[in-house]
Amino acid sequence: MKILVCLKQVPHQDARLDIDGAGTWIKEDGIKFEINSYDTFALEEALRIKDAGEAEVVVVSIGPDRVTQALRTALGMGADRAIHVKDAEIDGSDTLGIAKVLAAVAKEESPDLVLMGLMSDDGNASAVPPMMAELMGVPSATAVMKATPEGDGYRCERELEGGALEVVDLAKPCLIAVQSGLNQVRYASLKGIMAAKKKPMDTKSAGDLGLSGVVGAAGAKAQIEKIYAPVRGEGAEIIEGSTDEVVTQLVGKIKELGLL
Amino acid sequence: MDFSWGSELTSIRREAERLCEPFDDDYWSRCDEAHEFPWAFYRAFAEQGWIGILVPEAYGGAGLGTLHAGALLNAVAASAGAQNAASTLHLSIFGMGPVIHHGSEELKRRTLPPTASGELHVSFGVTEDDAGTDTSRIRTFARREGDGFVVNGKKVWNTKAQQAQKILLLARTTLREECARPLDGMTLFLANLDPDHVEIREIPKLGRNAVNSNEVYIDELPVSAADVVGEVGRGFYHLLDGLNPERIMIAAEAVGIGRRAVDAAARYAKGRIVFDRPIGQNQAIAHPLADSLSELEAADLLWQKAAWAYDSGEPAGPLANMAKLRASEAAFTACDRALQTFGGFGYAREFHVERYWREARLARIAPISNEMVRSYLAEHVLGLPRSH
Repeated sequence: MKILVCLKQVPHQDARLDIDGAGTWIKEDGIKFEINSYDTFALEEALRIKDAGEAEVVVVSIGPDRVTQALRTALGMGADRAIHVKDAEIDGSDTLGIAKVLAAVAKEESPDLVLMGLMSDDGNASAVPPMMAELMGVPSATAVMKATPEGDGYRCERELEGGALEVVDLAKPCLIAVQSGLNQVRYASLKGIMAAKKKPMDTKSAGDLGLSGVVGAAGAKAQIEKIYAPVRGEGAEIIEGSTDEVVTQLVGKIKELGLL
Repeated sequence: MDFSWGSELTSIRREAERLCEPFDDDYWSRCDEAHEFPWAFYRAFAEQGWIGILVPEAYGGAGLGTLHAGALLNAVAASAGAQNAASTLHLSIFGMGPVIHHGSEELKRRTLPPTASGELHVSFGVTEDDAGTDTSRIRTFARREGDGFVVNGKKVWNTKAQQAQKILLLARTTLREECARPLDGMTLFLANLDPDHVEIREIPKLGRNAVNSNEVYIDELPVSAADVVGEVGRGFYHLLDGLNPERIMIAAEAVGIGRRAVDAAARYAKGRIVFDRPIGQNQAIAHPLADSLSELEAADLLWQKAAWAYDSGEPAGPLANMAKLRASEAAFTACDRALQTFGGFGYAREFHVERYWREARLARIAPISNEMVRSYLAEHVLGLPRSH
């Protein structure tokens, strides 16, 4: 059994985010990064499958040198080996470009199961998992809250609107994109961190994956036009006075606006 | 020259930060106000093997060095727990150094694995009321009785004695007057804190109240010969090995606290609007914080250099002392400036800066006062006449 876990490294939730000079992304210098929170649940799920039986867990991440830290963390938590896809040619890829890269890695690895987060904390697109599954030609499920082995695959419970759950069966090989909170993510132990030093980490380029000229800004169908902080709204009115006065005025305002 | 941390040190820092995240300012305020030992925090680190970072691998630890332990404690001190958090781990990580370096094989096999797993808590029993930094004048005495010893005396500033099962106890086994040199004739014991022979009283203090400091009264405490650490009569010299790494650890921790305070102040200065602009736009607010930022960066490099020297077997005394001096001064100044930035709110507990300020004050006097550090540097590095 081989499990491929796709990890994205994203700015730390507490990082101070400033927009870069081009206005199309954030300034990445000097800020802390972490593994996308959704992906940590996917990694934990993979490690639980490994703990329960025979499985090799391979983690993959795309990005510059800083990404190796995310991969080292995953190795420290218990993954067996890592693949770092590093190539400036991939910069500026849209979600389809990223899905192509990950699908190419999956083609080389032939995993029985691909696990990843439903979406990324920074991009929030939720697009890569279904695209990747489509490119791989395997069944997939997103927003998965629970996955249990069933026959030659997995029975997945997907979270729908309104708290409903949908149950789908996926035959292996398959791709599962998990919702957050489906498990309690472990920490890397000190011994795990030390063991991670000896675990293999391969580096691959777009060319190695046969994707030269296919991915990156040039091949992207979607481009980030602009990133900006929402403009501060105007027109807020602060009602002052005693409680009775405030309530009277507030009710008056609501009636005036025809909301009651 | 390469200042990059590499994957292992970076992983240590990142994981320590992750483990600290659930323990926020409110958790530490509660522990501090209630004088409650932060067991949940301690266990989180113990379960992942962090307590054994310095314990050799043969005894269940990770066998890493001062630089790694410093990276860990620096990250921990930069968390909401500040010195409370660092001290919770500090002694368990660092206190057993003399046993690691000088203990008998039997003592190591018996005590290091439970130290590494975090089950065994050891308090440090060196300081006494009447001796202070002049350790040769300690009065706690261990008299020989049969194969073992019986100890009488009193120790002060025993961190975590309320939780500890054992105390690393320095006692005279020969009177000072009878020794060739004043620092001879002292022996180090890893003694049981047996409640039938030991009374522990907490010292009310300014800050870092989640981790208790105590007076320990010792009355006819039996200690077996197997619990002697190293050689009888050479206890002080066995302790010396631990003094430099302890100063390096304290320096690493101080830098962490200082940075937390500066970060908090900078965030506040950006968001606090007075006279229609953020107060951070005023140079009277901005420049002191910029000074602290650079002072802490300098101190950060200094403790790392000291740790590198110690781990490489190079002379580390001057660097370790300089690191402790510069880091503790930079940290306290940073916390003071942060408190000033917050104005009246800085004095309020709600904003936590007053807690960092109270805790950062400690490193200027412990484990040794900065005045004594300056005297050491003046005498041993500059070659000036001894002042005391």
